[in-house]
Amino acid sequence: MNNIYVYILVMAITTYLIRMLPLALFKKEIKSPFIKSFLYYVPYACLACMTFPAIISSTSSVISGLVGLVVALVLAYKEKSLINVALMSCVSVFIVERILEFIGML
Amino acid sequence: MEKRNNFINGVKAGIPIALGYFAVSFTFGMMAVAGGLSIGDAVLISATNLTSAGQFAGLSIILSNGSYVEMTLTQLVINLRYSLMSFSLSQKLTRKEPWFHRFIISFGVTDEIFAVSVSQSGKTSAFFNYGSMAVAIPGWVIGTLFGALLGNILPSFIVSALSVAIYGMFIAIIIPPAKKDRNVLYVVIASMILSTCFTYLPLLNKVSSGFVIIICTVIVSMLAAKFAPIKEEEVNHE
Repeated sequence: MNNIYVYILVMAITTYLIRMLPLALFKKEIKSPFIKSFLYYVPYACLACMTFPAIISSTSSVISGLVGLVVALVLAYKEKSLINVALMSCVSVFIVERILEFIGML
Repeated sequence: MEKRNNFINGVKAGIPIALGYFAVSFTFGMMAVAGGLSIGDAVLISATNLTSAGQFAGLSIILSNGSYVEMTLTQLVINLRYSLMSFSLSQKLTRKEPWFHRFIISFGVTDEIFAVSVSQSGKTSAFFNYGSMAVAIPGWVIGTLFGALLGNILPSFIVSALSVAIYGMFIAIIIPPAKKDRNVLYVVIASMILSTCFTYLPLLNKVSSGFVIIICTVIVSMLAAKFAPIKEEEVNHE
């Protein structure tokens, strides 16, 4: 069993250095179009692979997870705020799970 | 006086950020405690890291007893985007203020604080960032504490519903840019397909979740960078 405080220290130091080094040290602009492009795409690739398929197995039922996903996609497409999308997704999961429970599928 | 005005403007910009953080970090606190961490440990992670995706990934590594190398690499890859933000911010910050401020505001480079900080007209003062950090960080930490405390007593159907909150937020971050930039859309789709393969295909599903995030992110982003390099103005919008 690894130590929880070593984990936390490793996380905190790595994350701080990532933020601090470019801000404090680099004064010249990154020239490589490849690296610039790579960094531009990283957040999207990263968040996308963390979201799917994890979202459909995060709830009590695959069905409610899928509904939560669709609701979030539609609201995000309409460019609603982060909180709005997150909360409505939760509400839809809640409602669908109550219905599933009522018809005996949960 | 100028410092004070900058600080107050930062606080104003930070209030909606703090509210959003509260909801997300609530989920983090809840999940951390549900996974077996103590309330204090959950709060400590939030207070020292201040990063949503990084903390969720870190939590899954802790809970699966992953290696420290895996933890370092995962944080590096997931939070690599902060390097670009910090770099961008290094050009945006006023050079009139002492250099040491940069070591402090580094801690508060998050997607949201970065966004409000670079959207300032002209050069940005470090005191603007301090203002945003002064409200956003407590929002993040207190949300974690509440989630850790209340997560235990919340009934399981509420927990089930809340567990999609973080994914909802991620979707809200990636979909609007995917609408405007077809290449971002392809990146999102490709990344989801690849992670689905790692979840369900035999052998591939043996790879731990931390490395799946690294592998998918690096492969997809490198391919996208090679075949669809960005133009200058897209970087500035980030």
